[in-house]
Amino acid sequence: MTEVADPTGSITTSREITTGFPEAGPPRFDSIGAVREGLAGVSYLADDGIAGVVFLADRLAKPVLVEGPAGTGKTELAKSVARLTGSRLIRLQCYEGLDESKALYEWNYKKQLLRIQADSGQSWQELEEDIFSEEFLLTRPLLEAIRSPEPVVLLVDEVDRVELETEALLLEILSEYQVSIPELGTVRATQIPLVFLTSNNTRELSEALKRRCLYLHIDYPQLDRERAIIETRVPGISQALADQVARIVRSLRTLDLKKDPSVSETLDWARTLVVLGVESIDVDQARDTLHILLKYQSDIERAAKELASVKNPD
Amino acid sequence: MLDLLTGFVAELRAAGIPVSLTEHLDAAEALQHVPMEDREALKYTLGASLVKSSSHWRAYETAFEIYFSLRGPEYRIDDEGAEGGDGGESDDEAARSAGRGDGRGMGRGGGSGTGEGMSAEELADLLYKALLGANDALVTAVARQAVSRYAGMEAGRPVGGTYYLYRTLRNLDLERVLERLVAEARTGGADPREAGPDGAGPPPALTGLEERLLRDEYQARIDQLRQEIENEIRRRLVADRGSEALARSLRKPLPEDIDVMHATREELVALRKSLQPLSRKLAVRLARKRRHGRKGALDFRSTVRHSLSTGGVPVDPKFRYPRPSKPEIVVIADISGSVASFARFTLHLVHAISSQFSKVRSFVFIDGIDEVSRFFDGVDDPADAVHRINTEADVIWVDGHSDYGHAFTVFWERWGEEITPRSSVLLLGDARNNYHASQAWVVKELRARARHVYWLNPEPRAYWDSGDSIVGEYAVHCDDVVECRTLRQLERFVGELA
Repeated sequence: MTEVADPTGSITTSREITTGFPEAGPPRFDSIGAVREGLAGVSYLADDGIAGVVFLADRLAKPVLVEGPAGTGKTELAKSVARLTGSRLIRLQCYEGLDESKALYEWNYKKQLLRIQADSGQSWQELEEDIFSEEFLLTRPLLEAIRSPEPVVLLVDEVDRVELETEALLLEILSEYQVSIPELGTVRATQIPLVFLTSNNTRELSEALKRRCLYLHIDYPQLDRERAIIETRVPGISQALADQVARIVRSLRTLDLKKDPSVSETLDWARTLVVLGVESIDVDQARDTLHILLKYQSDIERAAKELASVKNPD
Repeated sequence: MLDLLTGFVAELRAAGIPVSLTEHLDAAEALQHVPMEDREALKYTLGASLVKSSSHWRAYETAFEIYFSLRGPEYRIDDEGAEGGDGGESDDEAARSAGRGDGRGMGRGGGSGTGEGMSAEELADLLYKALLGANDALVTAVARQAVSRYAGMEAGRPVGGTYYLYRTLRNLDLERVLERLVAEARTGGADPREAGPDGAGPPPALTGLEERLLRDEYQARIDQLRQEIENEIRRRLVADRGSEALARSLRKPLPEDIDVMHATREELVALRKSLQPLSRKLAVRLARKRRHGRKGALDFRSTVRHSLSTGGVPVDPKFRYPRPSKPEIVVIADISGSVASFARFTLHLVHAISSQFSKVRSFVFIDGIDEVSRFFDGVDDPADAVHRINTEADVIWVDGHSDYGHAFTVFWERWGEEITPRSSVLLLGDARNNYHASQAWVVKELRARARHVYWLNPEPRAYWDSGDSIVGEYAVHCDDVVECRTLRQLERFVGELA
């Protein structure tokens, strides 16, 4: 194995294909309870499932695939874990048409051209080795995440937006924590990042991707948890109001609307009510501010009607 | 433990959840990191490594409850009176502490009794208190009491859990309890928040909004109780019959594998829920297929124009935007009782992806036939339109029993002209014609005019042409007759059509 230490010394590469797993660092969390408390400390209220999966992700060194309706805190979870562990958050926002050069790495053509033009009488052999060295490599989020010497949380957001074929880009990094660059060799992670992939479930992800991940489905929270979330996230809200907001939202979610109110919309609504100085919600106030909670006109009309009336008066 | 896990994985696979070998290994490794005694943690641990889709979660949960159920002498079915003595006492205690509103910490302690000593009135009273006070321990206790008392479970009897559940719930009459709770709240007698965590005082009179919220609150608690009762019954069944035997009888099909024709009400709800993401995914997939399909013909003009920048050398050939032909769909669906839900799902799905077709026209019939395309115009949610079809479409001609022959004849007379070689015709139904004339010539004529004629039959293939089913008579004139019992089959068919 030929170890090529580059000038900056931050990257170890080899021309041979290396296999095996990078050394797992010391565990980040002691127990599931510690995860939950830690997350609560950074204003993210996790339930048992969320805390358990984050704990496992660390212990098993596996990525987490987070699915669930929009606005339930999938992205927020990754951010909070980064805050909790004091790691750098590297985010890769997926979109249709995302490719290798935007997700993994790219060669800096212009700089390479300049280097060739500024020929200093080297042989081609030397020149080639020079222009395909790390100096001319532009790292993109995925490569960045595994090369970083400090701890990292990698967030691959809305992974369901990329094409099925592009998913394959992720596979190597997710299972082996390494990236193979043909000209340079295999770059292996210096530390194992915590990886979160989020998906809004607009299409079925490939089996290969799912198999490599732990799966976490985040749904709308239970009443108690939602109330606690409102109290933590909305400063200056009274307990009674938070309770009322949580209850109304729960009632709305039973209505079979087109788009159920999400947690983030609930928080927006609660903030609005605080700003308006509302102490206790009555029907009129609810109706006037429903447009913050619901985004379809038909939903708003329906909800206003339902809230004002009793389900089946006897 | 590993044996148990292997058995569990086998059960998941039998329930239709795909669990790969690596996932099985992951689960085994994950087990080393969580404390065994923490059942919730165990559940999420195994779930995270074995189940990779939220629609499979329910099936997983059922299997988990069975395989990792709490076991112990108190769950035996025939243990009435074995420890009833202290059971009654601890329940009283639970009741008292619930009155004070601090019975939360009691956990299992308050619920360990199987007490015989309670009368029906006492139980009803306890139930009322449990629901009023939002006391989890008490709810568990009540659930257990109710099961011992009403389910009438017999050891070794091979009936499913639903029978016991039904018996228990019938005796408890939760509907009436709900009404009582709401009525009392209305008179200002009780407010759940009194016992709730925030301790706000009861309002003097309830507005509509407040009453509405209260009702939902009680409803949620009653649902919790129902869940608790179901769990209790399941635990006892496991103790009686062992997990493997029970898993087989309680296995829940995945939403996409539910037989649409024989779905229970609960299953239909699950189906409806999974239909929306399914149609969205299908639309995305089809749109992508179209976009990334073969490039169109060479666009000479554009190529030459772009070649100017390279000195007239056509380096970069330009192609025309591909315009693959989109089929025109005509759906003719039987919406009589037996196949109604199937027709609804198909109409919903076809219209949800109508952007993938140049035109969608739908007709529904029982013995009369009516066009229902207008219901879908300008409606952004196909579910609304499907609902209107049920109430507004004019499909009864004589007696409201399926008459395929008459419906087809009328269709041919009124709309037959409009079928063109670009149309694909979908006929939906079980072809149970109540011994009317088949008029299969219509299908033959349709076949001659249209591009394709498909028949989707929601019945299992084995039942075709039995009794009054005459699908065979129509089948000879169709391009294909497809068995479409589940959403999965329906999705595959519609996907191939577009």
